[in-house]
Amino acid sequence: MTDQPTSDQPAVAGESLHRRLTRALFARPGPAQLGVAALCGLLAFALVTQVRTTAGSGTLASARPDDLVSILADLSGRADRLRSQVADLQRSAALLRNGSTRDSAALAQARARAQTLGILTGTLAARGPGVVLTIEDPRLQIHSDVVLNAIEELRDAGAEAMQIAGTGGVVRVITSTSVGDLGSRVTVDGVALTAPLRLVAIGDPRTLATALGIPGGVVDTVDAAAGAHAIVTTSPSVTVAALRALAKPRYASPAPAPTP
Amino acid sequence: MIAAVGLLIGVLLGLILQPEVPIWLEPYLPIAVVAALDAVFGALRAFLDGIFDDKVFVVSFVSNVLIAAVIVYLGDKLGVGGQLSTGVIVVLGIRIFSNAAAIRRRVFRA
Repeated sequence: MTDQPTSDQPAVAGESLHRRLTRALFARPGPAQLGVAALCGLLAFALVTQVRTTAGSGTLASARPDDLVSILADLSGRADRLRSQVADLQRSAALLRNGSTRDSAALAQARARAQTLGILTGTLAARGPGVVLTIEDPRLQIHSDVVLNAIEELRDAGAEAMQIAGTGGVVRVITSTSVGDLGSRVTVDGVALTAPLRLVAIGDPRTLATALGIPGGVVDTVDAAAGAHAIVTTSPSVTVAALRALAKPRYASPAPAPTP
Repeated sequence: MIAAVGLLIGVLLGLILQPEVPIWLEPYLPIAVVAALDAVFGALRAFLDGIFDDKVFVVSFVSNVLIAAVIVYLGDKLGVGGQLSTGVIVVLGIRIFSNAAAIRRRVFRA
């Protein structure tokens, strides 16, 4: 494109490079050289302008339509990908949120059930309205039949948790509790208890007190014995604090629910 | 000497005036600049060879710029503007490199 020669041989071999440079630097400029200078200035001007334009306007302003189209396609593809990613993440977030609420509901239910079962099986202490039956029996006239009768009456009346205390100890009364006699003393689940006996039951106080106080019932029977005396006290809050270890069944295991 | 002064004045003018490139000139200006650079390097080499001629330089400069612009314009019309611009830049780059190599040999004798 240029008309300058491309050979490596210098045309003027006699004159040294240094002398030629000196002469060019200090020669008086003619009109032709002014044109050269003007072109050089034009080049520098255009160069600076172009550099400033490129630096100032970013890459998109100087891009060609083809490039712009491909950049746009790239960007919209990426936007699609990101959008589908967002949808995926939102879906999994909703899934996790549902799962956690379900899990926490199930956990709360399981905890409530465990508490109910713990109160029924005697592994948890219980507190609530109820009655306290105190049996004074200094002559040891009261035997297991009266105690068993009292427990049965209280159960019938809806007692939810019971314990019986004597001078020999405290026993939580549960479904498998047995009552027996050992000499002149009463044993509850093998623990010998001596009067005064103190039977605590949680349930509706009025119903429990009525059940104990019916004519010919527990209170009458105890009072009929020589020297014995029964007192029923209702209270808005009694505590059944005696605990019992849970016995793991040796032979029975949960059966699958019967299908109708 | 006066060419260097011209370069300096051009740079200063560009920095001071801060002109906006007209939109119709935008695709051609970078190519034209590279073509002019090629012409300047060729002129420098010719000068070092002792065969520099003002008229040849002016003609080569103007024709270089015009031809480069015409090629890009034609490429744009044909729909291959991008590829043709790349081709022009590659060719001019090769020429600039070969001219620079000749200058280097002349100046450093290596």
